[in-house]
Amino acid sequence: MPKDIDAKESGIGAASKRREDIRFLSGTGNYTDDINVNGQAYVHFLRSDVAHGRITSLDTAAAAGMPGVLRVFTGADFEAVGGLPCGWQVTDRFGEVMQEPAHPVLAQGKVRHVGDPIAAVVAATAEQARDAAEAIELDIEDLPAVVDMKAALAEDAPKVHDDLTSNLCYDWGFVEENKEAVAKAFDEAAHVTTLELVNNRLVANPMEPRVAVGDFNRATGESTLYTTSQNPHVIRLLMGAFVLGIPEHKLRVVAPDVGGGFGSKIFHYAEEAFCTFAAKALNRAVKWTSSRSEAFMSDAHGRDHVTKIELALDADNNFTALRTDTHANMGAYLSTFAPSVPTWLHGTLMAGNYKTPLIYVNVKAVFTNTVPVDAYRGAGRPEATYQLERVIDKAARELNVDPIALRRQNFITEFPYATPVAVEYDTGDYVATMDKLEEIADIKGFDGRRTESEKAGKLRGLGVNCYIEACGIAPSNLVGQLGARAGLYESATVRVNATGGIVVMTGSHSHGQGHETSFPQVISEMIGIPEDMVEIEHGDTANTPMGMGTYGSRSLAVGGSAMVKATEKIINKAKKIAAHLMEASDADVELKDGQFSIAGTDKSVAWGDVTLAAYVPHNYPLEEIEPGLEETAFYDPANFTYPAGAYACEVEVDPDTGKVTIERFAAADDFGNVVNPMIVDGQVHGGLGQGIGQALLEGCVYDEDGQLLSASFMDYAMPRADDVPFYQVDHSCQTPCTHNPLGVKGCGEAGAIGSPPAVVNAVVDALRSAGKDVTHIDMPLTPARVWAAMQS
Amino acid sequence: MTKVSMTVNGTPMSGDVEGRTLLVSFLRDQQGLTGTHVGCDTSQCGACVVHVDGKAVKACTMLALEAEGAEVATIEGQAAADGTLNAIQAAFQEHHGLQCGFCTPGMVMSAAALLKDNPKPSEGEIRHYLEGNLCRCTGYHNIVKAIMAASGQDVSAIAAE
Repeated sequence: MPKDIDAKESGIGAASKRREDIRFLSGTGNYTDDINVNGQAYVHFLRSDVAHGRITSLDTAAAAGMPGVLRVFTGADFEAVGGLPCGWQVTDRFGEVMQEPAHPVLAQGKVRHVGDPIAAVVAATAEQARDAAEAIELDIEDLPAVVDMKAALAEDAPKVHDDLTSNLCYDWGFVEENKEAVAKAFDEAAHVTTLELVNNRLVANPMEPRVAVGDFNRATGESTLYTTSQNPHVIRLLMGAFVLGIPEHKLRVVAPDVGGGFGSKIFHYAEEAFCTFAAKALNRAVKWTSSRSEAFMSDAHGRDHVTKIELALDADNNFTALRTDTHANMGAYLSTFAPSVPTWLHGTLMAGNYKTPLIYVNVKAVFTNTVPVDAYRGAGRPEATYQLERVIDKAARELNVDPIALRRQNFITEFPYATPVAVEYDTGDYVATMDKLEEIADIKGFDGRRTESEKAGKLRGLGVNCYIEACGIAPSNLVGQLGARAGLYESATVRVNATGGIVVMTGSHSHGQGHETSFPQVISEMIGIPEDMVEIEHGDTANTPMGMGTYGSRSLAVGGSAMVKATEKIINKAKKIAAHLMEASDADVELKDGQFSIAGTDKSVAWGDVTLAAYVPHNYPLEEIEPGLEETAFYDPANFTYPAGAYACEVEVDPDTGKVTIERFAAADDFGNVVNPMIVDGQVHGGLGQGIGQALLEGCVYDEDGQLLSASFMDYAMPRADDVPFYQVDHSCQTPCTHNPLGVKGCGEAGAIGSPPAVVNAVVDALRSAGKDVTHIDMPLTPARVWAAMQS
Repeated sequence: MTKVSMTVNGTPMSGDVEGRTLLVSFLRDQQGLTGTHVGCDTSQCGACVVHVDGKAVKACTMLALEAEGAEVATIEGQAAADGTLNAIQAAFQEHHGLQCGFCTPGMVMSAAALLKDNPKPSEGEIRHYLEGNLCRCTGYHNIVKAIMAASGQDVSAIAAE
């Protein structure tokens, strides 16, 4: 495949304008809340307002008699139904499997976090359902709540789940066999830098709240769920097989236009199962639309790690060993992929961009009386990057060396590179991305800009860091060994119509990534037909092959590869048809610009002639090949992909108030080959916005009783347009992935992974420039925290 | 129930509403104008911005009955009758000012209100004006750029062109 080519007008490398924009810009998108089924009823969930308690009485009689109410459901209605399943089983450092509590659809006797659903009122209108929920008589005996992870592990701590031995989900060591060697390296180190930090709990907050519409057709026995999902097939499998016992051929899951996900719409949620269940029970469609306040207490949260990291260096400042000790919050239940995030998506990335020979990661996953925590943009990789890049910065300051030089000195420079944490980077060029960063960020000009800031009474700081991530999850046989209860291939069916147009049915799902534009670019390039001859269908299990969906930047790397494989099959068959039409051998047929030809002759047939012959096979090699032109491929990747880059942030700090302003932000990324540079830029911008949000603004706050204090946009500080600058992004450094056919690596999480340490490094640098002995401030770097740090 | 009547995108519309019915609910649920979105319940996100008598209004924060007799404009009425995008919509597509599209109707309607009052806003003025419109996808970069471009300003020098 050709690389990113300047000013290309179509195909791979072109900044093709997004076709999906037309409907979104004209108000004609079709989001789940825009879907209404004839006769649908509405559900309102009564949720726990305490963090931990025992339900002592639950009387729904009065509510059931309220106007419009069809039925009130409680946990008793779900006793025969399976709980919400967890999709990943982690084995601990002693060889034991993790503790895995039940996760009921509606509470069974106990509530375990604020927002835990207790009862569900279904009524003719949403208002009637809401009104009736207030008539439910509920008594809860308060139990002491555990919120702090270390307190939750104390001997006498209240247990979130009575039937578990403790609040410890697992105690994971990685690589356990390296533990003693790592300890020895620390004993022998010339210098050890230690840092304790918190990776703050976040809420993904896609702008579209979650919605579910369950429907049931009594005549056919088929259930349909319309839902805000990043992976409708996964929901179909989890909900059908493990919760409600509906076989897949009787269950259709549709995720139409979805208004952002960022991980939070991967998981299978109770409300989806409820709407599907209730629609069948009532023989009537049931709709739930989350309010934003509900979203804060029912969408899975992200991050929430507390870490101690130690870096050992020799006398020449080479990294010799790394050791981390992390507590990872699981919340009250295990969300779908929660156990994988602090382990296999985190520990395996601890080498970062550096040739540290010995690494040991310990993670204790802990149950608390809080909302479940699962993957959020980056999922484990931002946590790994943040601690690593912060401790390197601290080491540079302790050793009085340039932080960029210290990083360069320790870069991995030869590929493939097997890290001591069980992954093999196929390609990369960390020197090139750092060189590019220094250029686009104008690092040389920083001192001059600092002088200008100081003249204006402001402190100025520069923070630089690298990141690496593992995208394109993942080889199924590998993740199976690591505890995944799913395969992680992707699928595509390429259907060529008689007149040459193409429909691709993909298992990937687009919820902002622009697949409807970028996927056709690939096929256009392969066949040589205009992009607008290709349409993408996704999001409906009824007409797309089984796919694992979109997260972890896997859509193009895995889903796109499946599409390429299917298209290769199409081309191979089309060449046989063309050979027949031209009375030649198919080995001699070439396809270029939508024309089949025989080299060295003037024989040629057009793409449309061949596709028509496939469906009107009057002159056709019927004894050799079947009519029609439609192929399916499943692609299972051989490895993860490893995008990497270097980021620089410049901040100004107001010494009087502690307010931080992002003055400049530069990102130099290596995503391998790029299909649509405009979309890639946009993905990086969005990630930067979220990463800067984490660093400066966002944080989920619980009080000691487990009350969620940050449960609205009034309390949870989302980044706004005036919190961020124009970003300088560049992805011209391209080392193509060696194991997928497009050579792509993925770009979705990079910005969110790479930016938090850059911001914090910059603020620490700014404060130190004023002589403050500040080594660390925990995110979010609010004015109050920065000001307090300056006073110490 | 009380009958309410208003003109939406030039078309007279009326319906029976409760006193508590919000304008956004009247538009979405009663009139099927689902382009206007609801992203929060505290009047923070701006996905529901429409114009009422020429002024940008969060339709989740206004009762339907308060719009009695008003001229209401929504995202559905922004393009020409043949579907041609207006200058702001076109700039959003040209400069990739949207990804998932959920905040987009509110962004476009807010941008239209801004440019009506301030035809050539600076970057800072745009960012300040958009404080009431949240976007989680774009990091705002291309939204600000698109609005500058829609106002006829040269954006070619802006980073990451």
